[in-house]
Amino acid sequence: MSTINQPAAPSRLAVPELLVGIGLLACAGAVAWQTLAIPVSPLYSKVGPTVFPYLTMAGLVVLSLLLILAALRGGWQPEEEKETPTDWKAMGFVVIGLVANLLLIRTLGFTASSVIMFVLVCYGFGSKRTLRDALTGLILALAAYFGFARALGVNIGDGFIENQLNAVIDAIIGALGG
Amino acid sequence: MDTLGHLAHGFSVAFTPMNLMWCLLGTTLGTAIGVLPGLGPALTIALLLPITYQVAPEASFILFAGIYYGAMYGGSTTSILLNTPGESATIVTALEGNKMARSGRGGAALATSAIGSFVAGTLGTLGVAFLAPVVVKFALAFGPAEYFSLMVLAFITVSAVLGSSSVRGLTSLFAGFVIGMIGVDLQTGQPRFTFGTSELLDGVDVIIAAVGLFAVGETLYMASRRYAGKDEIVPLKGSLYMTAAEWGRSWKAWLRGAAIGFPIGAMPAGGAEIPTFLSYAIEKKLSKHKEEFGTVGAIEGVAGPEAANNASAAGVLVPMLTLGLPTSATAAIMLSAFQSYGINPGPLLLTTQADLVWGLIASLFIANVILVILNLPLIGLWVRLLKIPAPQLYAGILVFATVGTYGISQSPIDLVILYLLGAAGFLMRRFDFPTAPVIIGMILGPLAETQFRRAMTISNGDWSVFYTHKLSLTLLTLAFIGLAGPHIWAFIEHRRRSGPEHVPGDA
Repeated sequence: MSTINQPAAPSRLAVPELLVGIGLLACAGAVAWQTLAIPVSPLYSKVGPTVFPYLTMAGLVVLSLLLILAALRGGWQPEEEKETPTDWKAMGFVVIGLVANLLLIRTLGFTASSVIMFVLVCYGFGSKRTLRDALTGLILALAAYFGFARALGVNIGDGFIENQLNAVIDAIIGALGG
Repeated sequence: MDTLGHLAHGFSVAFTPMNLMWCLLGTTLGTAIGVLPGLGPALTIALLLPITYQVAPEASFILFAGIYYGAMYGGSTTSILLNTPGESATIVTALEGNKMARSGRGGAALATSAIGSFVAGTLGTLGVAFLAPVVVKFALAFGPAEYFSLMVLAFITVSAVLGSSSVRGLTSLFAGFVIGMIGVDLQTGQPRFTFGTSELLDGVDVIIAAVGLFAVGETLYMASRRYAGKDEIVPLKGSLYMTAAEWGRSWKAWLRGAAIGFPIGAMPAGGAEIPTFLSYAIEKKLSKHKEEFGTVGAIEGVAGPEAANNASAAGVLVPMLTLGLPTSATAAIMLSAFQSYGINPGPLLLTTQADLVWGLIASLFIANVILVILNLPLIGLWVRLLKIPAPQLYAGILVFATVGTYGISQSPIDLVILYLLGAAGFLMRRFDFPTAPVIIGMILGPLAETQFRRAMTISNGDWSVFYTHKLSLTLLTLAFIGLAGPHIWAFIEHRRRSGPEHVPGDA
């Protein structure tokens, strides 16, 4: 292996890409750990439930090593992508919106927690008209709720708003039917 | 003329008022989501999978097929007017189409892509009708070893050959395998990759995976990239009618595009990237107006690739319906819709589910007709969708993502999985990993494992079945060439240029 024409270029190490490669290697480790945890009956020793997981793990190890190698050689991201700054504030609001939805959907019901998420995400994306966003979110959430819950019978979390509306609708249907 | 008889029967299924309504609904919805950047047919069909609990299989597949075809039509609108290709297959349309729109011929670009899509979509659907029975005859000779090798070939082409990097494509595919293996092993009943939580015993739902990767991941990415600058919509100028000269330049390109797109789409390796790029290259070479390419926009450069795209979309249905082998994310999700009806797509599907398959094929012809009507006179309406502001669009996408996920089991754990996959989707988008192979790996991985174990059980654990069967060996060899070929080629080229001074290891 001649290294005469090969200038050593350790300075071009790409840290984000390296982290991606290492993270993937960790995932391969998790796969190995969970595969070892699969109980195998000796009857299936040849083509049991662990053969494919082991093949997958081996594949992931090879691929993550190749990615780490690519990161050591300068990574694969185009300059344009690297130079665009990440808007952490916008992302943060989207994440807060998602987490709020997760925490509130049980207690407030689908519609109310969707509106809260909608407003937070809109704000994160730069919308300043919060009241209008809340109204838009409400209309959209109700449309989604009635589209799925009432027309398709998919049960999405009922809360205060949904129960009140369902009661009203059932009353109207009852009145029309009676 | 057996196929004609089946088709006639299919039309009798598709022409019922209810099914026509589903077709109209699907094509309308498909066009809308095709126009909206950030949404695609795979995500939309995933969100609508719950209708399989309520609606007859014919109706839901007619709806899904309408969405699938509609998204192709709508996607070209966005590429031409916004220069934002929704998916890799419409990148080529954006190349010339957006240039045409900027030089005031947006109307003609939209018209040639809609009519070209109609011509190619119709030819492609005819291809499905006539080719599917032929493939079935061939597929009946397949044993588990051949099926497994075929799936390996599909894996390699879908993830390694089509994307920008084979390592990243394969990484996505393997990640999909891991997600697909979560849950109870169907053959031995052992739980796998559940980390001890009972919620994971049923595995990860396709809906959650697709919605997490495509919707949540995309939203996070768009939020993080708000500084990147906005694409401007080019206002629609000029007549929607093409001049005689434009017709003359378009029609041959449509036919060539369809002729390239369908066979490549119908191969078990599938994909729309290769045929669209190929068609673009051919049109550029054959054109008498080479100076228009890349400057004011050449109509052939829109007509050919757009036709190739639609014909290959039709072609993808051939391996899906006859072999149960999905080669695109959308086809993979449609396969999981089949599974939720307890139907296994494969060589017997055409005979056991004749109403379903032929009704579906017939409805594709109807969908094409509806789509031309929806997309030519109503184009102004669709353009207005592009004016939906980003904040409300992405917030709305997240609301629908919640509906699709939370509606499955009302379990907040599902939302946690959704968000984790969304974070993974964001990282993948950020670091240029393709997301479609994840979905394909997740759905096709367990099927490949089943075939693999079946083959190994039949052979009593003898690995040689995969290379002593001629067909299986051929398929595996093709897969190997697909994976190693480009590297070997680059190695040889490099060697020839740089002579014997070549440094091993950097090919």
